[in-house]
Amino acid sequence: MREKTYVEDVNRSIYDIKNEDKDSYKLEEGLTTKIVEQISSEKNDPEWMREFRLKSLEIYNKLQVPDWGPSIEGLNMDEIVTYVRPNTHMSAKWSEVPEEIKETFERLGIPKAERESLAGVGAQYDSELVYHNVREEVAAQGVIYTDLESALRGEYAEMIKEHFMKLVPPTDHKFAALHGAVWSGGSFVYVPPGVSVEIPLQSYFRLNAPGAGQFEHTLIIVDEGAYLHFIEGCSAPKYNVANLHAGCVELFVGKNAKLRYSTIENWSKNMYNLNTKRAKVEEGGTIEWVSGSFGSHVSYLYPMSVLNGKGARSEFTGITFAGKGQNLDTGTKVVHNAPETTSFVNTRSISKGGGISTFRSSVVVTKNAPKSKSAVSCQSLMLDSESRSDTIPAMDIRTQDADIGHEAKIGRISDEAVFYLMSRGIPEEDAKALIVSGFADNVSKELPLEYAVEMNNLIRLEMIGSIG
Amino acid sequence: MQEKLLQINNLSVSVEDKKILHGIDLEVNMGETHVIMGPNGAGKSTLGNALMGNPKYIVDGGDIIFDGESIVSLSADKRAAKGIYMSFQNPLEVPGVSLGNFIRSAMEHRTGKRIKLWDFKREMKQAMDILQMDESYAERDLNVGFSGGEKKKAEILQLLMLKPTLAILDETDSGLDVDAVRTVSKGVEEFRKDKKRSLIIITHSTRILESLNVDYTHIIVDGKIVETGDASLIEEINARGFEKYEQPDRREQ
Repeated sequence: MREKTYVEDVNRSIYDIKNEDKDSYKLEEGLTTKIVEQISSEKNDPEWMREFRLKSLEIYNKLQVPDWGPSIEGLNMDEIVTYVRPNTHMSAKWSEVPEEIKETFERLGIPKAERESLAGVGAQYDSELVYHNVREEVAAQGVIYTDLESALRGEYAEMIKEHFMKLVPPTDHKFAALHGAVWSGGSFVYVPPGVSVEIPLQSYFRLNAPGAGQFEHTLIIVDEGAYLHFIEGCSAPKYNVANLHAGCVELFVGKNAKLRYSTIENWSKNMYNLNTKRAKVEEGGTIEWVSGSFGSHVSYLYPMSVLNGKGARSEFTGITFAGKGQNLDTGTKVVHNAPETTSFVNTRSISKGGGISTFRSSVVVTKNAPKSKSAVSCQSLMLDSESRSDTIPAMDIRTQDADIGHEAKIGRISDEAVFYLMSRGIPEEDAKALIVSGFADNVSKELPLEYAVEMNNLIRLEMIGSIG
Repeated sequence: MQEKLLQINNLSVSVEDKKILHGIDLEVNMGETHVIMGPNGAGKSTLGNALMGNPKYIVDGGDIIFDGESIVSLSADKRAAKGIYMSFQNPLEVPGVSLGNFIRSAMEHRTGKRIKLWDFKREMKQAMDILQMDESYAERDLNVGFSGGEKKKAEILQLLMLKPTLAILDETDSGLDVDAVRTVSKGVEEFRKDKKRSLIIITHSTRILESLNVDYTHIIVDGKIVETGDASLIEEINARGFEKYEQPDRREQ
């Protein structure tokens, strides 16, 4: 547990401190065959990966941008730098990480959290991992936690080739194709059968370079009967130019295995967050998503669970906070593709200061999935009359024998409740923050304590200055 | 602290452009208990809300002086910090915020000091014992799923913990059974043990008053105080109701 002083010391500025972007090696802006080939040779890709990238670029050029969600007109791919390599190599010792970069992660509390509450940490800065380490006792259990590039050339090369972008193929959508072409960094985790990783692993993604894109790929395989909690954090300082995040997360949850995947995303408000996350769950396995979306200018984010074996389970707990200038389109998808599969979706979304928050969900129950159960519950809270909240649930049920429930609530923050709390001596801002934190309690109680504290702190920061 | 704790001068209040109070004058000295009675819609709760600073209630004229200072322009939290408390007629439900954490946070705002968890828990237990509340209530979300009686007990619990100098009890006894009224009364008596504390009890029944020493009784009808007396006025209202104060042409509230 972090001590209280840490919590009180946190303020928005830690996310916004930008390091001068000077020593890094970067490719030209835009997206061409030449750039993709440069990235590939820079990374010393195996031949199949080089071909995969070029093929993905072809697909990218053929696909249209989505026309059903928030506008991404402000994003001009010709101006995005797809590859920025920090002036360092990956290390397993913080002492070998360049001072300035190390300080950034210190401010974000990563090395401290690693010492106190994590089994392993990966830290990515712009396009490359600068730090990766896993505790000895965890490694001794046979758990692999490394950057994807090393994994591509190591012992697990075949496993990567077998799984890489198989759940999220480049043909999935335009930004999946983009990811396939220019991906860089990210983590590979393999948990062997029956191994339970008692404390979480965490990867932190920091995008420092202005006008750049981050395209990390996270590939996690939790083998039969194993357990893992993986935490992903992301942030960036704010710039006046558009930044792009088009990462990809592929999770393979084996028979009777369980994976909990938690994300606290706090991208700066010039970020286009077009991220794709997907999990495939085998018989008796469980995927638990915990997802907090606070940052970015525009988000498209719908972690998807494919329940592919009998009795597989998915739980999605999410919160989205859209403030001024933010249009966050978030939600989840579940495909029930085997008998007796279960999914629970429980989300909260908050909008304020003209922010737009849209909850979008899709539950598909195929004819292979009799006796399946799904319950979707989403609640929205608007903090003022200029903000907007929408709920777009979709259901496609192809079997008679399924138990499906959906409930949605949209409301405004109650003036009476604010007055009630104020009448006890709590100032207006704090009263509103208390109501909003309480509203978000479903998510914060799913998070490890220090992240719950960080999330509540983010809510407080968002609330400050909201009083007109 | 002044002997004269609260002074309401010619106070007029409207809600959503509807004038409710028409020139209320009232003085409450330190240690006094005042009862405000009146028929439904007379403006009793409006007076409570206006004193507490509910922004929905607009002061059109007059002044409220508390502890020597005008408070009409202060927000509710600042009034609370000065020592005013109101027990709500319909306490609001706040999901995700536990009763215990809420009270502790309110106490810290009120005193400007951190309160040690251990001290807090001990004090809270004492207050909960008086109100016959199970300690587990501290962990429950504020008022969520509480019965009517539990909500009112939680209001009195906050009163005991926050220790204001002026407490306004707005229909605290309404909707409670005999036992619950007795328990709540015990809490109010506990609050009154400190002789410097004052009470304004808004009610249209008299059950909560049986165990309290009432100094003054005010009858509000149609937004005006039509009569002020001592505790014996309560008996009279009990026997005869408000009919004698009501105009036959009284506009509907």
